[in-house]
Amino acid sequence: MIKTDALIIGAGPTGLFTAHQLKLIGLDCEIVDNLDKIGGQCIELYPDKPIYDIPAVPECTGEELTNNLINQLKPFDIKFHLSERVDQVKKDGDKWIVKTNKGTSFTTPNVIIAGGVGSFEPRKFSVEGHEKFENKSILYSIKDKNIFKGKTVSIFGGGDSALDWAVELSNNCNVNLIHRRDEFRGAQATVDKVHELTKSKKINLFTKFQLKKLNGSNEIESIDIEDDGKKTLNLKTDYVLGFFGLIMQLGPIANWGLNIDRKTVEVDTEKFETNQKGIYAVGDICNYPGKLKLILSGFHEGALAARACFKLARPNEKYRFEFTTSSKAIKNRLGVKSD
Amino acid sequence: MAKITYIEHNGTNHTIDVQNGLTVMEGAVQNNIPGIDADCGGSMACATCHVYVKEDWFDKINKKNEGEDDMLDQAYEPKKNSRLSCQIIVSDDLDGLVVDMPEKQT
Repeated sequence: MIKTDALIIGAGPTGLFTAHQLKLIGLDCEIVDNLDKIGGQCIELYPDKPIYDIPAVPECTGEELTNNLINQLKPFDIKFHLSERVDQVKKDGDKWIVKTNKGTSFTTPNVIIAGGVGSFEPRKFSVEGHEKFENKSILYSIKDKNIFKGKTVSIFGGGDSALDWAVELSNNCNVNLIHRRDEFRGAQATVDKVHELTKSKKINLFTKFQLKKLNGSNEIESIDIEDDGKKTLNLKTDYVLGFFGLIMQLGPIANWGLNIDRKTVEVDTEKFETNQKGIYAVGDICNYPGKLKLILSGFHEGALAARACFKLARPNEKYRFEFTTSSKAIKNRLGVKSD
Repeated sequence: MAKITYIEHNGTNHTIDVQNGLTVMEGAVQNNIPGIDADCGGSMACATCHVYVKEDWFDKINKKNEGEDDMLDQAYEPKKNSRLSCQIIVSDDLDGLVVDMPEKQT
């Protein structure tokens, strides 16, 4: 069981800056995020898109913003738990016990939800019966490519993941690549490679087709794919891989006894506390009169939630407001010299 | 101003007046019409405001933006007449537009 003053759920810009605020005022914190990297929506949805409304930063991309926030955290030692999703938050006296899907557990007086629109999960197939094949013959990510050796693999999607795996697996598998239109959104070099491999019959390419039906009892035996004109083809296949990108799901947060309205959590605007004492929500996931879903609003919300955490983490101390320009204590924490 | 009809997957109709300049997505969200999530808020960074535009309207509305089809690849059950409703700007010309909503967005 990990003991910490505050646990932050979500490593997007708001979660990162909230961590900075906690460390500045002398509290420790750890961060959990379901993605395998730091940055949240900024890094997953728009790493290359320029943002123009970060105060004092005329223009930066999602990736640059993330890197700058990570740099700002450099003076501090903060433990990140990536590729982990918080599944359970339970009350234990005046503390919260938090458990992730990987079995990590925390005890903390403060839980700060900076979860954006929820956790990123792969978009799944919608055809009937897909659930019973999932994690067996239907996969949305690849952990061990060797299981496909010598097999027939049908890959759906038109982005980099679909194309990269089609190219990679064509070395020693029979690959079908199926996409709903004849343009791909992957890198041009990979698209060219796919067309080359299609010409040399290493990849069987089916464009303007989508999955229509799964055939098989325990394992998939074949699939039916259908084009715009309702023409159907039957393909024998051992595995079906879907790469349709990630969608955001509120997920387990809905089960923690919080007041939730339309995927957002109601908070007050003094502490950004939810209806549960010691659980806060900041950034896109929180809701209050006048809420703006701007990154700068998340920064403000995190700064206030961090001060509220102090009271529960250090009940016998008094929080004193200090500026980074003049406080010796803060400069010590930052590891910079005082004048 | 344009009268726009949103049809839920279960067949429920909602016809509302949407001001010019708003998007079809904003018209739905501001009027509490279920079926459009719009998780990213209209920045074309998700595919949760996905609608099917009635065939006779599809060619009349503004063409897809660059990148819109890339997002639609990631939508729930995309079809030939799929659009992201955050990319359809309302004007008088859209009066009478009908859009169908998918079974779900996520």
